[in-house]
Amino acid sequence: MAKRIVIDPVTRIEGHARISIYVNEAGEVEAAQFHVGEFRGFEKFAQGRPFHEMPGLMARTCGICPVSHVLAGSRAGDMLLGLDPPPAARAQRRLLNYAQHLQSHALSFFYLSCPDLLLGFDSPPERRHILGLAEADPGFVRRGVRLRQFGQTIIETIGGRRVHPPGSVPGGMTRPLEREEVERIRQWLPEALESVQMALDRFKALLGQFQEEIASLGDFPSLFMGMVNGQGELEIYDGAIRFVDAAGNLVADNLDPARYFTYIGEASEEWSYMKFPYYRPLGYPGGMYRVGPLARLNVCTRVGTPLADRELREFRQRAGRPACATFHYHWARLIEMLHAVERIDEITADDVLLDPRVRARAGQNANVGIGACEAPRGTLFHHYEVDDTGLVRRANLLIATGQNNLAMNQAVTQAAKRFVRADDPAEGGLNRVEAAIRCFDPCLSCATHAFGRIPLLVEFRRRDGSLLRRLPA
Amino acid sequence: MSVKTLTIDGRPVTGRAGETIFNVAWDNGIRIPRLCHVGGLTDVGACRLCLVEIEGQNRLAAACLTPVEEGMVVRTQTDRLREHRRLLVELLLAERNHVCSVCVMNGACELQDLAAELGVDHVRLRYLHPKLEVDTSHERFGMDHNRCVLCTRCVRVCDEVEGAHTKDVAGRGTLSRIIHDLDQPWGESDTCTGCGKCVHVCPTGALFTKGKSVMEMIKDRRFLKYIVTARERRQWILQEEK
Repeated sequence: MAKRIVIDPVTRIEGHARISIYVNEAGEVEAAQFHVGEFRGFEKFAQGRPFHEMPGLMARTCGICPVSHVLAGSRAGDMLLGLDPPPAARAQRRLLNYAQHLQSHALSFFYLSCPDLLLGFDSPPERRHILGLAEADPGFVRRGVRLRQFGQTIIETIGGRRVHPPGSVPGGMTRPLEREEVERIRQWLPEALESVQMALDRFKALLGQFQEEIASLGDFPSLFMGMVNGQGELEIYDGAIRFVDAAGNLVADNLDPARYFTYIGEASEEWSYMKFPYYRPLGYPGGMYRVGPLARLNVCTRVGTPLADRELREFRQRAGRPACATFHYHWARLIEMLHAVERIDEITADDVLLDPRVRARAGQNANVGIGACEAPRGTLFHHYEVDDTGLVRRANLLIATGQNNLAMNQAVTQAAKRFVRADDPAEGGLNRVEAAIRCFDPCLSCATHAFGRIPLLVEFRRRDGSLLRRLPA
Repeated sequence: MSVKTLTIDGRPVTGRAGETIFNVAWDNGIRIPRLCHVGGLTDVGACRLCLVEIEGQNRLAAACLTPVEEGMVVRTQTDRLREHRRLLVELLLAERNHVCSVCVMNGACELQDLAAELGVDHVRLRYLHPKLEVDTSHERFGMDHNRCVLCTRCVRVCDEVEGAHTKDVAGRGTLSRIIHDLDQPWGESDTCTGCGKCVHVCPTGALFTKGKSVMEMIKDRRFLKYIVTARERRQWILQEEK
């Protein structure tokens, strides 16, 4: 008989979600849906508040990637003031963003994904988490924790706090950096570089084991979107938007992020609180595109730093260009971590970072402010419409994870069809459906996974929704 | 000048006749919590946080309004007072929308400090969540009614020190709010001189300088003592402490 299998909650992701797997009379998986059942409402909270508060207010959307929201909010504020922040502020903000990419990617890889990758998708769920991994390989986990600490230390140094840093404001930054502070950051570099390279080598050596996962955790054609600089290199702070298709053709290039609404549409579905953005010229849902580490490596001509570019060449040889397998988000994330360490080295070696002029001042000069940057999970847009006294009247946030919504649904469907058997759904199979979601490292809110709970709840439901069986009972 | 001798928290202290319990206590290093009192302005007893117990009186007295008497025995820190003060802060927090995490005064706010000091780790009352406007019509300053505790420091400094009396209180009870002139937007006030004194005496993020981001507002009210001593004693002394 027809059944619905529900994975609730999806674990080791940032936020709360569940997956429904629909099974037909013949016992075959027909479709799967990724539901995001939480509602945050920040676009509403912003209404009636002064736009200068936006970086701090929007930071509260997330505890993992607050820097992205601080930066997008600050950049939208820059546009409302009608100014360009001083070069030192740009350097500080870029450093802040690379630090965040590093710590967030380290969280995704070491804490959330490595339990699957190193302990195995079918290993016992009660041990398949960061603490289980720490027992199995403490040295490896320690490196992951230290990489996060490195990123967070930079964020604290520049932004004033590890989480929700208040340092970036419309017009620039609140305080110049001292040479000693920068030197302290630089002392971490050799260890960070070694840790990232170790993780990359370890991951590449494992790839052979995961051929089935690579082929089935969301390997499908889609568009890819990301930011690049004037030379086509990866840029995460102030680049232009580029789209490529699944064959690697340049679909659109040099798009202004402030005109995002002309090329990105937003649809909604009744069964999820997350929006479904799409590339306008191809319509909904045909205009599905992916963002984030995989998309960024697929759209850029090159990354722009020597070690990461060498890794990118290997990535393109082995995973294809563009790489369409969602599993390769993990690999792309590691290459981006390497790139982040190289860029942190580059930015902290440049004395422009120490220039005391970090803030430009102006009154309000516009009524619309749009700020964008590359968040760890993809391109982030903040759009504020502000009245003449500086109060936000309308806000629209286009979140990175949201833009992967269509692709995440396709990935869970593919993974469920391959790994889930309706008559006897094995835990390892369901874990692979979750793992398809984890590839995207979705950030559904600021919440993280809680230990000590049943990692997975599966419900078998009849078509009418009544409960047939619950695992564990 | 007659001198009064009394006991505060078991310590013998002296004060001048007419001086308040609050001032005598502070002069002797006994800190009584307060939100509406600020040195240099008339006291009004609006916040009730400085309530103290006086032996022989059943009623609690506002220290900022009660003059010292000979032989008085005053207690400023008892379980009963702490519970009253805690409830008062909870009432203030429940009455309007105090969202510290996204406030310009986060980390430097007198209400936030008091809540921490009194152990307000949660509010036992139902929040009213009133829908209140932010007035940013003034060119340089903003007024966020969500963060206002109606201490009326701004009203008094505007009237007594600046002499403009732009601000006042309208309405009653929970509907009371600070207004400008004849309840006009601040930016359209004819009497406001734009001096900013009200902003710097405000204990919370209700009054702020426009352009300040979250946690960025710093208030400095040293000007108050400077102006008041200059006016009253013809002495121009800038106090070092805030």
